[in-house]
Amino acid sequence: MLSVGQLKTHHSFSVEFVISRCFAGFSRETSLRLCRRARRGRNKKQGARRSNNSASQPSVMLSRLIVVSVNSLKGCGPIGAGLVHASRSLHTSPQSLAPLPPLPEKGGKVRHGIFPEELFQLLYPKTGVTGPYMLGTGLILYMLSKEIYVINHETFAAASIGTAIIYGVKKFGPTVANLADKINEEKVAKAQEVKDVAISSLTQAIDDEKKEQWRVEGRSMLFDAKRNNVAMLLETNYRERLHMVTNEVKRRLDYQIALQNLHHRLEQEHMINWVEKNVISSITPQQEKESIAKCITDLKVLAKATQARAAA
Amino acid sequence: MADRPVPVVEKRLMDVKLGELGSWLGGRDFTPNGILQAIRRGHDRYYNKYINVKKGGIGGVAMLLVGYVAISYLWEYDHISEILTI
Repeated sequence: MLSVGQLKTHHSFSVEFVISRCFAGFSRETSLRLCRRARRGRNKKQGARRSNNSASQPSVMLSRLIVVSVNSLKGCGPIGAGLVHASRSLHTSPQSLAPLPPLPEKGGKVRHGIFPEELFQLLYPKTGVTGPYMLGTGLILYMLSKEIYVINHETFAAASIGTAIIYGVKKFGPTVANLADKINEEKVAKAQEVKDVAISSLTQAIDDEKKEQWRVEGRSMLFDAKRNNVAMLLETNYRERLHMVTNEVKRRLDYQIALQNLHHRLEQEHMINWVEKNVISSITPQQEKESIAKCITDLKVLAKATQARAAA
Repeated sequence: MADRPVPVVEKRLMDVKLGELGSWLGGRDFTPNGILQAIRRGHDRYYNKYINVKKGGIGGVAMLLVGYVAISYLWEYDHISEILTI
C-alpha cells in the first residue's frame, strides 16, 4: 500500500500519462474501439486498467515523469485546465495502486455534443462568448461558398440522419442515461455486497477468535475444578474403603466376642447341670423323707405363728 | 518555473516556444514504436477524459463519429468534387 505522501506525488504525476502512456497492450485498444459505442461512457473497466503496469521501460519513462510533472501545472492554458479532469493514476511502479482511485464523476465538457468546452475557453479572452459561434458560422459559410463542402444528394441524407439522431438523443437521452446508471449502480451494489459480506464474515471470525482466546483464559479454572473433582473422588473412595475395613474388623471382633460368650455360657450351664445332677443324685431317699418331714413341721410352725399373729 | 533546465524535446507542445519548434519536431520519436506510443497516449488521454467516467455523455462518442465523418469526407473529396467539374 502506498502511503499518503506517495499518493500525493502520484497525483502530481497524473498528468504525465499524456507523455508516457505506453504500457497497455494492443488487444485492449482494439477491444475498446469495438465496444466503445456500446458502452457510451457509462461503464468503467476497472479491471482492464490494472493491466497498465509498467514492466517495461520504467527508467526511461520515470525521467520523463519527473520532467513533465515539473511542467505539468504551469501555464498550459486551456489544455492544462482540460487535463485536470483526466487525473488518472499511472502504473509506473511495479506495485499497483490498490484500492484504485474512483473514476471522475463527469467527463470533459462538450457543448452541443460535439465541441469540447476547451475551444470556447480558448477563444473567450479574445472574442468573448460569441467568438466560437462566429468562427463556426464563418467557417461554414466559407466552406459552402468555396465549395469545399459540396452540396449534393448526400447533404440531404446527412441532414435527415442528423435530424433523426438529434431528435432521438434529445428525446431518449435521459432515459437511456438513467438506465445505464441503474445498471452501473446494480453492478456496484453487487460488488459492494460481496465486499460487505466478506467483511462481515471476517469480523465475525475475528470476534469468534477473540472469544476463543477469552475462553482459553478460563482454562486454569477448568483444571482447578477438575482437580477438585478428582480429589473429591479419591477422598470418597478412601473413606468408603475405610468404612468397609472398619466394619469388617468390627464384625470379626464381634464374632470372637460372641464365640467367647458362648463358650462361657456353655461352660456355666454345663457346670450348673453337672452340679445339679450330682446334688440330686446325692440326695438319698431317706434324706429326702427327712427333709420333707422337716419342711412340713416347719410349715406347721409357720402356720401357727401366722395364725397367732392374725388372731392377736 | 524554469528552475530546472529541461531538454526541449521533452516539453509538451504548448510549452514549446515558436523558435524551438523545429528542434522539438526534430527530436521527437518518429520510429514506428514511437508513433505507436504517441497514438496510444492520445487514445488514453481521450479515453480517460471523455469515456472512462461515471456519467459520460454523448460527447465522447459523438466527437469520434464527427471526426470520422470529417475524415471520410476529406478522403473522398476528390470523388465528391467531381460533380463540380463537368
